[in-house]
Amino acid sequence: MEVFDVRVHLLWSDILIFILVASLLCFVVSVLKNPLARGRWAKVFESRIGAASFMVILFYVLIALTDSLHFQKRLEATAESTDVHYAPEMTSVLDLILAPMLDRDEKTYSAPFAIYSFAKENIESDDGTVVREFPRLEHGGSHITMEEQHVADIVVKSLTAIGWTLVPILIVLFIHHWYIRKEDSRLPWPVIYFTFAAIVVVSSWALQMSQYYHVLGTDKVGQDVLYGAIKAIRTGVLIGTLATLVTLPLAVLLGISAGYFRGWVDDVVQYIYTTLNSIPGILLIAASVLLINVYIETNPEQFKLLSDRADFRFIALCFILGMTSWTGLCRLLRAETLKVSQLEYVQAAHAFGVSRWRVIMRHILPNTTHIILIALVLDFSAFVLAEAVLSYIGVGVDSSMKSWGNMINEARSELAREPVVWWSVIAAFILMFTLVLAANLFSDRVRDVFDPRMSGSGDNS
Amino acid sequence: MKPLLHVENLQIKAGNTPLVDGISFSISAGEVFALVGESGSGKSLTSLAIMRLLADGLDITDGDVRLGNDSLFALTEVQMNAVRGRRIAMVFQEPQSSLNPVHTIGRQIGEVLALHRGKALREDIVALLEEVGIPDANARINWYPHQLSGGQKQRVMIAMALACEPELLIADEPTTALDVTIQKQILELLNELRRSRDLAVLLITHDMGVVAEMADRIAVMRHGHILEQAERSEFFVRPEHEYSRQLIHSLPQPDDYLTETEHAPLLEVTDVKVWFPEKRGVLQRVVGHTKAVDGISLKIGRGETLALVGESGSGKSTVGRAILRLEDTESGSIYFDGTRVDSLSRRAFAPYRKRIQVIFQDPFSSMNPRMTVREIIEEGMLSLGLGGSSESRLQRIETLLKRVGLDASHLHRYPHEFSGGQRQRIAIARAIAVEPELIICDEPTSALDVSIRGQVLSLLQELQQEMGLSYLFITHDLSIIPHLAHRVAVMRNGKLVEQGNTHSLMSDPQHEYTQHLLAAVPRIPEHA
Amino acid sequence: MLAYIVRRLLYAVPILIGVNLLTFALFFVVNTPDQMARVQLGDRYVSEVAIQEWKVQRGYDKPLLFNTAHEGPAAVTETIFFEKSLSLFALDFGKSDAGRNIAADIEQRMWPSLAVALPTFAIGIAVNIAFALFVVMFRASLFDTGAMILCVALMSISGVFYVIAGQFFFAKEWNLVPVSGYLSGVDAWRFLLLPVIIGVISGIGGGTRLYRTLFLEEANKDYVRTARAKGVSELTVLFRHILPNGMIPILTSVVVVIPSLFMGSLLVESFFGIPGLGSYTLEAIQAQDFAIVRSMVFLGSVLYIIGLLLTDISYTLVDPRVRLS
Repeated sequence: MEVFDVRVHLLWSDILIFILVASLLCFVVSVLKNPLARGRWAKVFESRIGAASFMVILFYVLIALTDSLHFQKRLEATAESTDVHYAPEMTSVLDLILAPMLDRDEKTYSAPFAIYSFAKENIESDDGTVVREFPRLEHGGSHITMEEQHVADIVVKSLTAIGWTLVPILIVLFIHHWYIRKEDSRLPWPVIYFTFAAIVVVSSWALQMSQYYHVLGTDKVGQDVLYGAIKAIRTGVLIGTLATLVTLPLAVLLGISAGYFRGWVDDVVQYIYTTLNSIPGILLIAASVLLINVYIETNPEQFKLLSDRADFRFIALCFILGMTSWTGLCRLLRAETLKVSQLEYVQAAHAFGVSRWRVIMRHILPNTTHIILIALVLDFSAFVLAEAVLSYIGVGVDSSMKSWGNMINEARSELAREPVVWWSVIAAFILMFTLVLAANLFSDRVRDVFDPRMSGSGDNS
Repeated sequence: MKPLLHVENLQIKAGNTPLVDGISFSISAGEVFALVGESGSGKSLTSLAIMRLLADGLDITDGDVRLGNDSLFALTEVQMNAVRGRRIAMVFQEPQSSLNPVHTIGRQIGEVLALHRGKALREDIVALLEEVGIPDANARINWYPHQLSGGQKQRVMIAMALACEPELLIADEPTTALDVTIQKQILELLNELRRSRDLAVLLITHDMGVVAEMADRIAVMRHGHILEQAERSEFFVRPEHEYSRQLIHSLPQPDDYLTETEHAPLLEVTDVKVWFPEKRGVLQRVVGHTKAVDGISLKIGRGETLALVGESGSGKSTVGRAILRLEDTESGSIYFDGTRVDSLSRRAFAPYRKRIQVIFQDPFSSMNPRMTVREIIEEGMLSLGLGGSSESRLQRIETLLKRVGLDASHLHRYPHEFSGGQRQRIAIARAIAVEPELIICDEPTSALDVSIRGQVLSLLQELQQEMGLSYLFITHDLSIIPHLAHRVAVMRNGKLVEQGNTHSLMSDPQHEYTQHLLAAVPRIPEHA
Repeated sequence: MLAYIVRRLLYAVPILIGVNLLTFALFFVVNTPDQMARVQLGDRYVSEVAIQEWKVQRGYDKPLLFNTAHEGPAAVTETIFFEKSLSLFALDFGKSDAGRNIAADIEQRMWPSLAVALPTFAIGIAVNIAFALFVVMFRASLFDTGAMILCVALMSISGVFYVIAGQFFFAKEWNLVPVSGYLSGVDAWRFLLLPVIIGVISGIGGGTRLYRTLFLEEANKDYVRTARAKGVSELTVLFRHILPNGMIPILTSVVVVIPSLFMGSLLVESFFGIPGLGSYTLEAIQAQDFAIVRSMVFLGSVLYIIGLLLTDISYTLVDPRVRLS
């Protein structure tokens, strides 16, 4: 089997993301054990917006995870040697799913669903004369023989694709609704069903249409834009999660110790975060990234593969983003710890001679998790947005890596063209907006449920 | 006589849950009508409904409120605004937060005058401030609320309420947030104003003492219903409802003192000072100290209860915290069972943690919401290495729970599933789990409703007899002392003003402040 | 008050020293001048002589912390740390790696930055407060919910898209304003209009939402209930009671950024071709001119610390409860 002729080659970021997923699962298990926490979380998912936005986030994360299983394909053995060689470029499981979009490169730009190229070329007609014409695309709509069929073909193919997807979905949802679903569940099932159906239908439609057309056109070098935008999901999700992961230990450790021990510990922590805060964030990030570049350029021998080099730069970027953004959470945690450690249950623990370490682990940390959570989800969307700006400035991810920032960066020249090349910026916009909006709406919901200050008018007696 | 205010069949719901369920009463001019009840009875909601100031999510679903000839619920919002402040005025519980912090008090009183009278003359405002007893009113008119004391703020609230000579004053727990001596002054002020202005007052309170002192007629509320309505004389002599009787009997029985016995010494506190540094200037040098506790000497014997009494800010809680070593002492000594403990290291003090325990005031913040009852009670035993195997600890926790009147099935529940009284029982179980000899009780009953207060206090007394416990009972509530404490110490501004056995101190106080304090406690009329 | 300000200024010293040491470590210890020279000179196989020459020209040839070739004070002063890092305290920024006088550049380029940033800042706050008050007026209604979802949606759009869309529609399609560029003097307004509008619009989502939260927090306080019980109408309650109290956290939270307005915005200035400090920084980053980046980092910190001080002072001005001590 061809499929097994591969060598698994996980990048460092792949490993990190799977560690992250594993620790998230641990967190979920711990939540399920405590009825109070479970009740709170149930409230998050019982709201329509909470449930829908979570499903969207989950879909993005799933794409990012399938795109994080990398391997190298084995190259055909050559006559001269019997050594086994592997392709220098990485392939991911996602690439297998997106196979219809791969290896269908055109020469240059083409609009969504176009069958003609975007740029005129010299075409030699049958009688030998040369005309400047828009040539037909090599792959996009190549099955169409007559131009008049074009629109009808798109409509028919779309309807078939949607129809063929809807039928099994409806059956699955029907079975779930009548046989599996528990009666006492208060989750907003109609919304969940609808979101699920929408996600599956849209992705299945895009995938099926990609066999015939370039759904979102092609870019400058003729690559499918939709493919690039989907590959960029991994970059976006990873930058959001990994950078957040870096902020977490620093912010939690320093914030809680400052609030709990007070005195000189507090002074030192406050000094550190005021100092870091005082440096304009974007400058600190830019400076650090420049230094990483210098490191890469002066130590080329450490990065044999292009993707290893891009990955190193990527992880470094996540690290730098995290290192420059932990101060906000740290300050919040310090304030909350100051408040919590004055509460009587902490005093009672002290009166029992409970050790400081145990007080932090048993009393303070569990009662500040809501702050950490809200900050984490908010940071996530902030990092996704930051990637776009940083890539534009030229201190973002490696240009060889697919990312929304890089797509937007190219859009500047594309929008200046006449006629305008609008599809890649729109593609980046739609995918990025959906993710960030879902994350923001979700964090809103989490905050409504977990932040006591947000819970409205409070009790009346 | 036609009543001034008539509430008929009022019903308030949150969603589908009725919080006030069809209550009716009326108030005549010049009358003080007290609506009494414990937390959650719906008494405050009733007052807000009369003003049509209910929060979002609460709806008046039935009933009518008539003021004179007007049905308040039929008025438009604009017409209602002409009633608020003009015909019905309101004083709230928390004077700290009820005044706008960024406006001067003069401006805030002026606002009502301008609104309903069209003009706000400075001399009118000054006159109002003088009437409610604000000294130097002419200057203080330009003060901000934070510059006034709690009692003065409540006086400003009253001045604001009375500015446009309303027909009805609604006072919603007007003295609950105040110290007992200030409470007395405010109640006297209200009584005086009501007489001089022939004012009708709807007094909302949970405090039977305040009712006895103020009310002409009384209605007892519970769970959204009025249980009984009666004249004051009638009510205290012949309460009809069992619940009313319970409320009345929660008040002190003045002559019910503990019998004095000899106690072997256990704790001796000598001249202890707890000072908090005040820093000033460019280099934040310590320029002085806030003397929270300034030279206190106490003794508690085995099986004895010492009540430490004082008003807010007197430093009484700090004394307890210093004994527990939650606060460092500046000077002085603390001996426990013959050993000096205040200079011991953290490690060396550890064995004494088992012997000195604490019960806090707020049953809602004294337990980690993320731990089960078992974990909460077990924490101290684990930390102090008591109770043996996990099996035997579990047995002991079950016994403890039963002893404090809870069920063994409560073990795996979380604190939020319990009521205030039940939580305080858990806190007691947690403290006695390590078999202490001395328990510092820091206002353990002040957050509880009066009907529950008595139960918790008797539990504490039973435990004292069974286990020979000593208590340092920190409280501001003089009414609970007689049948609880063997001896009393009175604190003010970080110093002890008087201490002695309960009977002699309460019946024959020597120090002026103690006399003052005792005189301020509201009492039920003699014939009750 | 004076003692307080003096103390805060003294606090600022260790922070600036920290920033200084951090940048020194980043720019000279983590990466040596040799490495910088290699990157700057572009060629991976550049000769050792060329590197030395590059370093000498820019004064990077000296030892980092201690010069053993000199004696007395010169052993300390004739070092990179003293000349490149400590000199920043005297606001002596020196020359850029390309040989330009940084201080003169900053002086010239901070005004266009301010011309964009100040109106954006002022109009932005006014618009956000107005919107937030409007939403609070209809709180807990369908309008409120809708407005908040719209705000979250606006927040979820990257700033880059606002700029791209703004330039595309206002300048390219409708020809209302020039795409980019700048003129000095009064004529600048035509070039400033679009960046200011874009800057304001891109901040509406987040700003309105935050201010609404602050106002709502005030709206649930006891003194608001007192005002209603006095018979004050809903609109007066909003403007006379909720607004002044809500303005306290708003004012004090925005004051901190005022000094930093001089630094401009990297994104807006580079997209619109405004020759301010933001685009100056961006050009330096792209040209890998570390001397300019270093100077801007330090300048940014100084401005931030001034902002912190102004924040504390502004508290005493707007909140009668706060007295500095």
